[in-house]
Amino acid sequence: MAEIGQSGSRASTLIGIGAKAAIEAEKRELKTRWLLVSPAIVIICLAGFLPLTIILFYSFMSPGPYAGVSFEPTFRAWIFLILEEDLFEETLGLNYAHISIFSRSIGLALGTTILTLIIGFPTAYFIATRPIRQRNFWLFMISLPFWSNLLVRTFAIMMFIREQGFVNHVLLYLGVIDKPLSIMFTPTAVWIGLVYAYLPLMVMPLYASMEKLDFRLIEAAYDLYASRWKVLQKVIIPLVKPGIVAGSILVFIPSIGAYVTPKILGGGKSLMLGNLISNQFGTSRDWPMGSALALFLMAMVMVALIIYVRNESRNNPGG
Amino acid sequence: MAELLAKRNRQHFNVRRLPGFTTIATFCLIALYLPLILVVFFSFNADRSVTVFSHFGLNWYEEAARNTFVQNATWLSLKLAFFSTVVATTCATMAGLATTRQKPFRGQSVVYGIINQPLMIPEIVTAVALLTFFGAIKQATQVYGFGYLLTAHIVFCIPFAYMPIRARLQDMDLTLEHAAADLYASPWQAFKRVTLPIMIPGIIAGAMLSFVISFDDVIISMLVAGPGETTLPVWMIGQLRRGLTPQINAVSTVLLAVTFLVVWMVFVLTTRKK
Amino acid sequence: MSVTVAVDVCGVSKIFGAGTEQQVTALNDVSVSIAQNEFFTLLGPSGCGKTTLLRLIAGFEHPTQGSILLEGAEISALPPFQRPVNTVFQNYALFPHMSVSQNIAFGLEMQGRPSDEVADTVHTMLNLVKMEDLKDRRIDQISGGQQQRVALARALAPRPKVLLLDEPLSALDLKLRKEMQLELKRLQHETGITFIFVTHDQEEALTMSDRVAVMRDGEIHQIGSPQDIYNRPNNRFVADFIGESNFLEVQLLSRHGSTAKVKFANGTELDATLPSTDVIAGSITVIVRPEHTRLTADKSAGHLQGVVNDAVYFGTDTHYYLTLDSGEEFVIRQQNQRGDRGKISSGTQVGITINEDSIQVLAG
Repeated sequence: MAEIGQSGSRASTLIGIGAKAAIEAEKRELKTRWLLVSPAIVIICLAGFLPLTIILFYSFMSPGPYAGVSFEPTFRAWIFLILEEDLFEETLGLNYAHISIFSRSIGLALGTTILTLIIGFPTAYFIATRPIRQRNFWLFMISLPFWSNLLVRTFAIMMFIREQGFVNHVLLYLGVIDKPLSIMFTPTAVWIGLVYAYLPLMVMPLYASMEKLDFRLIEAAYDLYASRWKVLQKVIIPLVKPGIVAGSILVFIPSIGAYVTPKILGGGKSLMLGNLISNQFGTSRDWPMGSALALFLMAMVMVALIIYVRNESRNNPGG
Repeated sequence: MAELLAKRNRQHFNVRRLPGFTTIATFCLIALYLPLILVVFFSFNADRSVTVFSHFGLNWYEEAARNTFVQNATWLSLKLAFFSTVVATTCATMAGLATTRQKPFRGQSVVYGIINQPLMIPEIVTAVALLTFFGAIKQATQVYGFGYLLTAHIVFCIPFAYMPIRARLQDMDLTLEHAAADLYASPWQAFKRVTLPIMIPGIIAGAMLSFVISFDDVIISMLVAGPGETTLPVWMIGQLRRGLTPQINAVSTVLLAVTFLVVWMVFVLTTRKK
Repeated sequence: MSVTVAVDVCGVSKIFGAGTEQQVTALNDVSVSIAQNEFFTLLGPSGCGKTTLLRLIAGFEHPTQGSILLEGAEISALPPFQRPVNTVFQNYALFPHMSVSQNIAFGLEMQGRPSDEVADTVHTMLNLVKMEDLKDRRIDQISGGQQQRVALARALAPRPKVLLLDEPLSALDLKLRKEMQLELKRLQHETGITFIFVTHDQEEALTMSDRVAVMRDGEIHQIGSPQDIYNRPNNRFVADFIGESNFLEVQLLSRHGSTAKVKFANGTELDATLPSTDVIAGSITVIVRPEHTRLTADKSAGHLQGVVNDAVYFGTDTHYYLTLDSGEEFVIRQQNQRGDRGKISSGTQVGITINEDSIQVLAG
């Protein structure tokens, strides 16, 4: 092929007809992919991101007469997030109403995370140690309640723990207590409700981590004189740490933004951040405050998400 | 004797067993289902009580079925779920094809983040954001109607439809499309005859998830809905504030049954024999 | 020239990730002409570029430089579905949602053939690969060997000008492999289609091919018939990759045409064949295949002298592992004859005779 007479035509093919075609094909493919992905992106940008920028904007406005905002820029909402004006002395003090709601929300979210971890860890471990063919069944059983309607689940828990409910019935019958426990409309009820709602979210990532556990490592630990407790502490827990972190974040995020559960189980006395935000758009008619509170909630969730993503990418490089 | 005992202990040492774990796990699973079972159980209680079972009766189901509020709410929820599923699943399918299985294009991780954005924002925040956004549009254009609620549902349904579709596509053997091209199929023919048929279980799973998520939505539907746009969950939450009747049990049981069927089908479609 | 060229690869280079830090040169200025109706094999270790070259011919990659001609026409710019070339993939890539017949029919349907023609061709193909009984089975219901035959039938059905086979036998067990090797050879003869076969198994390449191209690190080291490659390896890599070899250091004394006179370490002078590429004079390496040598009990009667370290009995022949007086290692393969008086024990001093025309000079 490398004859001198043909060097001219060979030179042009050296530039690569094939290479040029490759570049053309790649450009076309890229265009197609962007085209395919655009409806989803357009919809979510318009109806997902754009509204967020609007409430950001609103948070710097003043409350309108009946609802909505009046376009007078102010930092009022952000200041009154955590402070409030003492009407008589005209000084700024801490907004205890808000702060108690914030601390209750964070506290309940953390408490839910911890309790779901304590209950979820053995449950995930149990599923991970079943024979392989059974595992799908157990996973299905764990995830089924999660997909059912949150209202139905909250209603079910309400039936369960109220004064005439199942738990009290059983405890009274067994003689453990002599008058019914009044759990409803307390933070404890909300706590129980949140744990009940989000337990599967802790079990699934924990299971995913445990499934990959190499039990030969545990055998090695036993071989080296470790007790059961030590094996748990020094071998199992460190190895499933990614699952623990993932599960914790997945439970924390919806817990801190909960609305339905505290509304139904907490009554008017155990409000969480979600309820507070909703009230601003309802009875309190303070849309800027509602916007600021919503953004504050979002900020906390974003922080948790960043931790989650870091944890995932550290443990699944390229995943 | 001691020898025998020691031998028995050795035989029964299970490396995997941790004390108390099975107990907690069992307790957990029972506790997870017991409240739901009770709800279902008492929906069949002919009596009004939700704590003491007197005798079997389907009267609450009949009452719920005859209740016009329930009828309207159910119909609205079904309509809403159906249309948002159709749109969301189509968008998610296209997005899935664009974002999987080939080299990621520049900006793909951003795209991925955008698609999953509704999952990352707490529902209450999305709800109030949409409330203000739609409110502003309504004021400006004086256009009202079903479209706002539908749009809201489409937005959070897309990521749920996307997940199983993406999973199915990533599992698919990449060489199948090469084989189709090698056998003279144009890109469109390859998609129609090879990619799409294999994708179908994922698409169905995505559609079902989207349907369930839309049907079950509470907060966004509550805040974004206009007058007369009461979905079934919104009706329920109204009832819960007013007082408890076993009608709620009946409606809940039906919802649970539907969820059970849908989740079971999704499981069957997505756990393939490897 | 009476031989028509089916595929012409001209100065093809393929660089992945060109311009980035991690760029990989998979093929470096490769040129080869593959004749029509030929069973041509690309042979080499993993990473040598053989699969890349195959994919370039199929159209799944585009050459960074150079061109590819199919029966004289430039095809580098054509997408795969416009090339009259079909591939049998390493993992078969059978469509799981279609039956055996539907898989085989696929290429024909995509070509727009009328349905009765499609049905006829599918029937012929099924007979050709002996799968008529299983024509309606789904892909996951048939065995690996059967899947392989379906993949073959599917690729042959559209009567391509060239059939590309990407290590199609690597997933089969030994016995099935041997059967399929003969099958493929038969199919190639019957259909008259040019086969381009990729493998890393040198035995496979030698048994099946009309010609073999030995590749390494993106370059072709030698192209020739199996006999050429085996008896006249150009360089050390080819000699080492194919079969067993004895490498010996010798002095190049003189050259005449395609032969040379070489002198061994012990002074013996013998004739050797020169490779097709240039050889620098002076100290060079030659190769002698173990089966082209013989042991003699009489040390002085042999061309070389050495001592036996080990004798391993293989049933059909015996391998003798020796150390020559010059210090080099040497292997002899001798067929066991009826009258043999048993193995020669280790420690025996022996002479080695080399058959005529069995010494090949290596290029480098």
